Amino acid sequence: MSEHVISLVDVHKAFGGNHVLSGVSLEVERGETLALLGASGSGKSVTLKTVNGLVVPDRGEVTVLGARVSRMNEAALAPIRRRVSYLFQGGALFDSMNVFGNVAFPILEHERPDDDALRARVADLLAMVQLDGVEELMPAELSGGMRKRVAVARALALRPEIILYDEPTTGLDPVTGEAIADLICDLDRRLGVTSVVVTHDIPLVRRVAQRVVFLHQGRLVFSGSVAAAERESPDIVQRFFAAGGAYG
Amino acid sequence: MGWLASFVARVGGSTHLAGQAMLRMVTPPLDMRETSRQLDRIGVGSVNLANITALFTGLVLALQTAYALAAFGARMYIAEVVAMSLVRELGPVLTALMVGGRVGSGIAAEIGSMTVTEQVDAIRSMAADPLRKLVVPRLWATVLMLPLLTILADAMGILGGLAIAVYEEGMSARYYLQSTVDVLTYRDIGLGLAKPVLFGFIIAVIGCHNGLNARGGADGVGKATTNTVYAAAIAILVSDFLITKLFLSL
Repeated sequence: MSEHVISLVDVHKAFGGNHVLSGVSLEVERGETLALLGASGSGKSVTLKTVNGLVVPDRGEVTVLGARVSRMNEAALAPIRRRVSYLFQGGALFDSMNVFGNVAFPILEHERPDDDALRARVADLLAMVQLDGVEELMPAELSGGMRKRVAVARALALRPEIILYDEPTTGLDPVTGEAIADLICDLDRRLGVTSVVVTHDIPLVRRVAQRVVFLHQGRLVFSGSVAAAERESPDIVQRFFAAGGAYG
Repeated sequence: MGWLASFVARVGGSTHLAGQAMLRMVTPPLDMRETSRQLDRIGVGSVNLANITALFTGLVLALQTAYALAAFGARMYIAEVVAMSLVRELGPVLTALMVGGRVGSGIAAEIGSMTVTEQVDAIRSMAADPLRKLVVPRLWATVLMLPLLTILADAMGILGGLAIAVYEEGMSARYYLQSTVDVLTYRDIGLGLAKPVLFGFIIAVIGCHNGLNARGGADGVGKATTNTVYAAAIAILVSDFLITKLFLSL
C-alpha cells in the first residue's frame, strides 16, 4: 500500500482580500515526483510553502511525514524541516557567505562535523551538482545556472526525504534548464527522494514528472499522468501544455 | 485613522520582536562568527562618524558657552559646562542619532534585502532561527558598541572644548582637564553610559523589525530603510527624555 508523505486537505489562504488558495486538497506518495502546474498567480508557490510551514493556511490541514505542520509553531517545525528541503526560485543563497558557507550552513546548524569532514561533505555535495573548485566564490560571482546548482547542493545537505522545487528552471537558458532536469531525475533515481516541482516549464514536466496536478484560481482542477494531462484533461490544462515551450 | 493603526502595529511588532530577541540574547547558542562581524561593521565602522560629530560639537559648544558666560564674567566654567553637557546628554544622544542613522538603516537594508530575496525564508526552511542568526548578533553588537563609541565621542568632544579653551580663551590645558575631572560624578558617567545601551537596543530592534517586514522588492527595502531612520530618531529622543526624568527622580 502506498504511503502519503504529503497531504493537503481543504487548504485555504488569503493575503488581504486576495484569495490565493480556495480549498486545495492534494496527496503525494513516497518516492513520487509530482509537477504542480498553473498560470502565474494560481497559488502554486503558496501551496508549496504551506508544505514546510513557510506559509500558514487560514483553514484546512497540511500533514507532512505524519506531522500536522499547519498547526505547528516554528520550533516544532524544525524536525520536519530537516527532512524537507526547499529550493527557492532565485536560489536564496546568502549574499554575505561564499559557496562553501552556503552549502555548509545547514550542516553546521544541525551537526558538529570536524573541519576535514565538513570540507569533504561540501565537496561531495558540489560534485553531485557537477560543480567543483567554486567553494570560495561569492554568490554574486556565479551565473544563474551555477546559483541554482549551489542551491540544490545546499538543499541536499541534510539528506532530505522530500525536496520542494520552486520553479527550478525559470530564467535559465535551455541547456542549463536541461542540466537541471537531468539533476532532478538523477537525484530522484539515486536518492529516492519525493519531489514536488512547481514550474511553468512543460519540457521539464515531461522529463521528470510521474504525475501532474494543475491549479487554477486557487483550486485544483486536474490530477493525473503527464499523458492524461496532455490529452484527457480540462481545456485549460491542455492549452497550457499546447503552449508550453522551451525551458525558462 | 490608518496612520494610528499602522503606528500601533509597528510599536507592537517591535515590542514583540524585542521580547523574543531578549530571550534569545541570554540563552545559547550565540552565533559568534556573525556577532564578531557585526561588532566590526557596527562599531569599528562608526568610529570616525561618532568622533567627528563629537569633536565639532565640543568645539561649537565651547565657543557658545564662552560667549554666553562672558556676560557673567564666568568664562572659567567652560570646562564644567562642556563636560556636563557632553557626558550627560549630548554625547549619548548625538552619537545615537548619528550612528543610529548609519547602523539602523544598514541593518534594515541588509535584512530587508534578505527578506525580499527569500533568504530569511531560506534560513527558516533549513530549520534555523532567523532571530538567532540575524537579530541577536546585531543586537549584541549595537548594545556593546554604542557605549564604547559614546565614551570615545565624549573624549573627543572634551578635547574639542579644550582646544577652544586653550587657543581662544587662553585657559591652561591642565586647569581645563582638572575642572572636567572635578565636575563629573560617577552618577553622571553612569547615566551617560546607561543611555547608549538602551539606544543601541532600540536602534537594532527597529532596524531588524523593519527589515524583517520589508515587502515588495527594492521599493520595500527603501521604505524599510527610511522608516528606520525616522522611527529610531524619534524613539531615541523620546526615550532620552524618559530615562533622564527617571534617573533625576531617583
